Amino acid sequence: MDFTYTETQDMIRDTLARFLGDTYDFETRQKFINSDSGRDPAIWTALAQELGMLGAPFAEEHGGLGGGALENAIVMEELGKVIGIEPYLPTVVIAGGALKAVGGAQADAFIPEIIAGNAIIAFAYAEPQGRYDLANLRTTAKKDGAGYVLNGHKGVVYAAPWATHLLVTARTGGNQRDRDGVSLFLIDANLPGIVRRDYPTVDGNRASEIYFENVAIPADALLGGEGAGLPLIEQVVDEATVAVCAEATGVMQKLHEGTLEYTQQRKQFGVPIAKFQVLQHRMVDMFMEVEQARSMTIMGTLKLGLPANERMAAVSAAKAKVARGANFVGQNAIQTHGGIGITQELAIGHYFKRSTMIESQFGSADHHMDRYERIALAD
Amino acid sequence: MDMEFSPEDLAFQQEVRDFIAENYPAELRGKQDEGEELSKEDFLVWHKILHKKGWIAPAWPVEYGGTGWTPTQRFIWSEETARADCIRLMPFGLAMVGPVIYTFGTPEQKAHFLPRILSGEDWWCQGYSEPGSGSDLASLRTAAVPDGDDYIVNGQKTWTTLAQHADWGFFLVRTDKDAKQQEGISFLLIDMKSPGITVRPIITLGGEHEVNEVWLEDVRVPQSQRVYEENKGWTCAKFLLAHERTGIAGVAASKRGIEKVKAIARTELDGDKPLLANAFFKRKVADLEVDLAALEFTELRSLAGPNANRGPGPESSLLKIKGSEIQQRLTELTLEAVGHYGAPYFRGFGEGDNEHPIGPDYAHRAAPTYFNTRKTTIYGGSNEIQRNIIAKMVLGL
Repeated sequence: MDFTYTETQDMIRDTLARFLGDTYDFETRQKFINSDSGRDPAIWTALAQELGMLGAPFAEEHGGLGGGALENAIVMEELGKVIGIEPYLPTVVIAGGALKAVGGAQADAFIPEIIAGNAIIAFAYAEPQGRYDLANLRTTAKKDGAGYVLNGHKGVVYAAPWATHLLVTARTGGNQRDRDGVSLFLIDANLPGIVRRDYPTVDGNRASEIYFENVAIPADALLGGEGAGLPLIEQVVDEATVAVCAEATGVMQKLHEGTLEYTQQRKQFGVPIAKFQVLQHRMVDMFMEVEQARSMTIMGTLKLGLPANERMAAVSAAKAKVARGANFVGQNAIQTHGGIGITQELAIGHYFKRSTMIESQFGSADHHMDRYERIALAD
Repeated sequence: MDMEFSPEDLAFQQEVRDFIAENYPAELRGKQDEGEELSKEDFLVWHKILHKKGWIAPAWPVEYGGTGWTPTQRFIWSEETARADCIRLMPFGLAMVGPVIYTFGTPEQKAHFLPRILSGEDWWCQGYSEPGSGSDLASLRTAAVPDGDDYIVNGQKTWTTLAQHADWGFFLVRTDKDAKQQEGISFLLIDMKSPGITVRPIITLGGEHEVNEVWLEDVRVPQSQRVYEENKGWTCAKFLLAHERTGIAGVAASKRGIEKVKAIARTELDGDKPLLANAFFKRKVADLEVDLAALEFTELRSLAGPNANRGPGPESSLLKIKGSEIQQRLTELTLEAVGHYGAPYFRGFGEGDNEHPIGPDYAHRAAPTYFNTRKTTIYGGSNEIQRNIIAKMVLGL
């Protein structure tokens, strides 16, 4: 048992923190998220080519740094600290995670493209009727000759406007909520019949509604076995969920630090409001939530390799705790700032918006408590 | 970073399990199962078995009698003793005054007192709080006035846990009335059989005689029994409190406590289903498990993380706050789970008393334990004081 980071992991964190400190100050971020494209592609390129950061969780034979889930957590926490919108989560954590899991020719072909910064892959899994149930799918992929024909509607696909590829969950068999019959496809984002409606999200990202209208996809787009994709999807979504917990830890830490700083400047009744015990204790409670979020992120990350049931219970415990903590820290950061907290002027409000969206990303606290109970407290 | 147990760790785990299975006293197990209050002798029997084995003070440095275990081995030890429902060891010597003596004491003090703490020969109690000094501990007024090679001590202490059993007490006393509060305090070791000491019971909500008032009237104490310099006792006091705080996170014991609550809730019926199938009750149990996991990994980060060798710092206040809250929620859930049978008042078995107490065994102490456990957010520095400590020492406010 060991809870220390390796030198390489410390180096990844330090290098990334320095780079983001130079390139991602709040004003610069606001400028590019409000631009037409909503991003600065040079940052992604630099992350790949100057820092090698997009190779963090990949094996050295693919050109990666030889890491895994812990390295993803480190990168995500640092991105959280600058409310970064770089599509590391869908591209590296989710698509990269799926490719690592299936291996073979698909991994050999795609992983180097991810590491080089050439591929941006959006994860098209959610559907309007499906809520957080990964198997609740109306999107279908019907066998057609050697390939498939894709039809359906995917909702709120983060990073889709920037994507070169889409990772799509679709039904190749079974009924709408069956565990069997779910398949995972990695396809070109610009195939004929893919219709996108792009929009900004409240947390500064870009996303799309995606409509597949008789999209012909090749047989080799299938990742894993046909109709047997759900366990793989659950695994990569669990990996993504703890990565989001790591991001949340970074966001929450900044919400807390920003609040500490503000209360020491802001004077009322002739003293900095940080002198008031009622606010001190509130900020201590926020601190404890940040620390517990960090602990639960580590717990979830270290348990990703366990058998599915233990993994799911651990990830759900982590996400539930982090979601509640993010809610508490976010709301109290705004409350403590007072009026200025609810304006667009200070960074704090933008951190709050991201932490609020994280609360329900890949499932709300209630959703995850339900899943936790089904596994850990079965009658 | 990993959570794996090495082959050596697994072998150690087996060794601990075997040792407990072969050596934990059956009569103690019986009393615990019946929910009886434990006597001084009950506490000492397990203490002495562990002392004989050399496992009585895992946290101490090896040179003073510690085991030299790795953080992982210490984790295994607390998990296994909790899993086997072993009684907790009294912390006053092992976790409180012992570390103060080996850190600040003279060679003579170390040579005399440490072996007697390890063997269980001396039972210690803690003379900190006073009627007028609770959270504001540094305002204490019990005074020690030099008289030749001695001090003459006068004053009153309170909330002195199990002082009725104690051979020795460690006391915070004022040795300089004119200095700033924290700078006029000294740390004295006092023989509880000294003339002038009176111990009076305070009965708490569960009916237990656990705490006491201790009166000191012209008690003569050799100055050689002062630990560290005169008027520097606050340094020892703070050191001790930080040690005390980490111990009372109680993660392993709370894990075991949740198992017991679940067992009760699988037995008790709610309609035609076990109570644990009630969605509201189940969610409370699940919430507790999740919060306990967060506490456990926060503790592991501090025990086996980058700062592991630094000793307990102010962040141990976090462990105290969350640990004590969880202990209270646990007793609350237990009381809720036993339903009607929380009410009958079980006074313990009297002499020749062989009538079975009212209600199921697991219900006998549910209410007294719930009442008694209100103490955890009050003692060791109330949770409000812990927040003050974090605000000042960690957040820099």
